[in-house]
Amino acid sequence: MRRQVLDAILLARAATRALALVTNVVDGAQALVSLDEVSGDLPLSTETLATVRRALIEDNSGRLSDSLFVQCFSPPLRMVLVGAVHIAQALAPMASLTGFVVTIVDPRGTFATSGRFPGVALDQRWPDEALAALAPDRRTAVVTLTHDPKLDDPALVAALRTDCFYIGSLGSKRTHATRRERLLAAGFDERAFARIHGPIGLSIDAESPAEIAVAILAEIIKVRHAPASALQGVA
Amino acid sequence: MQKFEASTANADDVLARAAQWRSSGRKVALATVVKTWGSSPRPAGSQLATDDAGNMIGSVSGGCIEGAVVSEARQVMEHGKPKLLRYGVTNERAWEVGLACGGSVEVFVERLD
Repeated sequence: MRRQVLDAILLARAATRALALVTNVVDGAQALVSLDEVSGDLPLSTETLATVRRALIEDNSGRLSDSLFVQCFSPPLRMVLVGAVHIAQALAPMASLTGFVVTIVDPRGTFATSGRFPGVALDQRWPDEALAALAPDRRTAVVTLTHDPKLDDPALVAALRTDCFYIGSLGSKRTHATRRERLLAAGFDERAFARIHGPIGLSIDAESPAEIAVAILAEIIKVRHAPASALQGVA
Repeated sequence: MQKFEASTANADDVLARAAQWRSSGRKVALATVVKTWGSSPRPAGSQLATDDAGNMIGSVSGGCIEGAVVSEARQVMEHGKPKLLRYGVTNERAWEVGLACGGSVEVFVERLD
């Protein structure tokens, strides 16, 4: 690999631009492909180029042929946690280990402190404002953890209007049922409401905040790797 | 901290570290999983970087073939010719390099120029 190829990949990552590296695994020739540019010493046919760009959009690294391998460098996955609560203190570092860039949203200054969340991005705006600014996309998970409809609902409303791949909301079945009533009253239909995972997390009888964080993260990973559900339902 | 590096490294760290090593004048090789069959532990695109001082970051399996890949990488960083390696299932014979999990992987090794 030429040094300038590596530097271009690192630069694209720093700018969170998606980039694919195509390698001829027989002779080592390489091309860099973005959605609007191509460079490198490996010539690609129009057809191959289109296939590479499709792989890039789907973040799908793999072999194109016996000789060509495409590796996708996609912007990192993101996780927005609404509620700087105890579960968030466990979930933030776990999510970060599994490749998510985490932002914690909580307007309550006593909760969202760097002492409680060392090294994590904290956003002290109201959830609707924060979510509008963060603009969740297909590579974003949104999790509400406050239990408080004043904070959770605006975040859920904002998240349902995006194509984020996962929405989850902490709360019992009863809490989730009253949440459903509020969101239906706010104009969302059943299909939209069904995008919200609640009660949140895989069923592993989790009790402590850290265990609940494991259940939530496990569910997010599961949804992320199920291709059909990752593409499902933009409201 | 240092010794946990490989297990928590994402692609970012591997390439950034490879660039750092190269900038400090070391010879560096990159190994990338380019094909998998069956239940191999790391998906296509997983990477490992190694240098001529014996440092290693990232992984291309669950630890089964890294030793063999690093020794191939030493040769690739010397002569500069890329190499495609294939590792399959280990059989009963001891000490053979392979994957106990029953899968196979193809690993592309290249020098960072």
